Amino acid sequence: MTPLLAVAGLEAFYGASQVLKGIELEVGRGEAVGLVGRNGMGKSTLLRSLMGLVPDRRGSIRLDGRDIARAPPEAIARSGIAYVPEGRGIFGSLTVIENLVMAARPGCGGRRTWTLERVLALFPRLAERRRHGGQQLSGGEQQMLTIGRALMTNPELILVDEATEGLAPLVAQEIWRTLDVIRGEGAAVIVVDKDMRAIARLADRIVVLAKGEIVLAGRPAALAATPGLLERYVGI
Amino acid sequence: MGGPPQRETPRPLLPGHGSMDLQTFAVQLLNGVQYGLVLFLVASGLTLIFGILGVINLAHGAFYMLGAYLAYWLTAATGSFWLALAGGVAIAFCLGLALEQLLVRRLYGRDHLTQVLMSYGLILVIDEARQILFGKDVHSVAAPALLAGGIRLTDLQTYPVYRLAVCIFCLLVAVGVFLLIHRTRIGMIVRAGAENREMTRALGIPFDTVNRTVFAAGIALAALAGLVVAPISTVFPGMGDGMLILSFVVVVLGGIGSVAGAAIGALLVGLTDTFGKVFFPSLSSMLIYVVMALVLIWRPTGILGRREA
Repeated sequence: MTPLLAVAGLEAFYGASQVLKGIELEVGRGEAVGLVGRNGMGKSTLLRSLMGLVPDRRGSIRLDGRDIARAPPEAIARSGIAYVPEGRGIFGSLTVIENLVMAARPGCGGRRTWTLERVLALFPRLAERRRHGGQQLSGGEQQMLTIGRALMTNPELILVDEATEGLAPLVAQEIWRTLDVIRGEGAAVIVVDKDMRAIARLADRIVVLAKGEIVLAGRPAALAATPGLLERYVGI
Repeated sequence: MGGPPQRETPRPLLPGHGSMDLQTFAVQLLNGVQYGLVLFLVASGLTLIFGILGVINLAHGAFYMLGAYLAYWLTAATGSFWLALAGGVAIAFCLGLALEQLLVRRLYGRDHLTQVLMSYGLILVIDEARQILFGKDVHSVAAPALLAGGIRLTDLQTYPVYRLAVCIFCLLVAVGVFLLIHRTRIGMIVRAGAENREMTRALGIPFDTVNRTVFAAGIALAALAGLVVAPISTVFPGMGDGMLILSFVVVVLGGIGSVAGAAIGALLVGLTDTFGKVFFPSLSSMLIYVVMALVLIWRPTGILGRREA
């Protein structure tokens, strides 16, 4: 069976500087992958490259066997990847409902797992604030909105970049809980976060990125069993 | 409008600056509103194209002129102003689609100087095409028979039915544009794209198509303004130039990218210009810019402009 996502020899450049150096990565259907590493090691660039948002990218990216390495972001989104960017990126001039409705689309094969009602049920806070403008929301609510908006596209794979950064612990917990629910619905996720413990609970596999290369990958338990290993690359 | 007809001796409103009775005031008010509404049609397209595509389109006024010439040409060719109206808008929309595909898309993300240069070039091309097709004569277009004639205000004054119809028509178009942008999913996508293009694309919105449609719709709105104005004003070669400058004033006044702001700005400019000419004839040419300066001191990003984060 082909993996959902197969990345081979992926390189990404910002101007003259090479940020990703030959990434090899496979993600299975419904699999949760935690992507960790110190700041500036290329985690966000990897997610942005998968989404087609880094113009200068080389190598092979296959989603469900189809080559999407050179596709524009809208085509990649339509083939089943959704992106929850760092810093949220909600549309502040649109209401909560509008933020969700503008993105609504059946997934591949017409699947409609996530509807407006289901997303609002997943995030009761958003349902309460449905008429509010995006810029009136708190940081946590904005984060819920970006995740909800990504779900509205009924993706096969969700890329989540630093979703809990700067959030109060209770709100961060709620975000992790919803990521669990999303996984339960069968979508694969790649999560970038600094909270190693939360990642270890959610992820089937942890991938460690250092200087644009994957230096370590394995089950959370296996990585945790080797003392000093994660500390070296992640700094905890 | 303007209350029941009254007979009274004109009474000076402002000593030393002419006099005005209620009827004249009402007529001027209508003129100002009508001018503002036409201005809105042109400026709303300009603000959408600038807000969403990030392109400064200096040729916008040229499409207004083109609309007026299309009214003249199509009315003569088909014998019907209504056919000219529909045909003119359709031609302008298709022209917008073609120009976006051919030229404008190359300007996305470029610096403003490049955009100004290319759209200025476009003015020259459109002017030359107008010269070849229609010459440089001044033309007039008859108002459709249905809307000919005037409404009697007093024994001496009438108000042309056509001008009133232009008011109502432009108002309907303005409401339509507003509803489209603020109440439909297409409008949500357009607003989202104006705010964050990259994120909109990452949500699967084909932004090429959105861009092309917005550009063509903006061009069609400018041409529509020229089409409806043709029976009121004369159709002449330089008619787009003044309109372009005023439209930029409207866009800056209202806040770049804001259609509702353009509506407020257009009415403000229309009324300022009309009443300025009545009350302060010697200052009227600069009054609009005084108002613009005052508004920008009060709100540097325009009346409904998004504040810098």
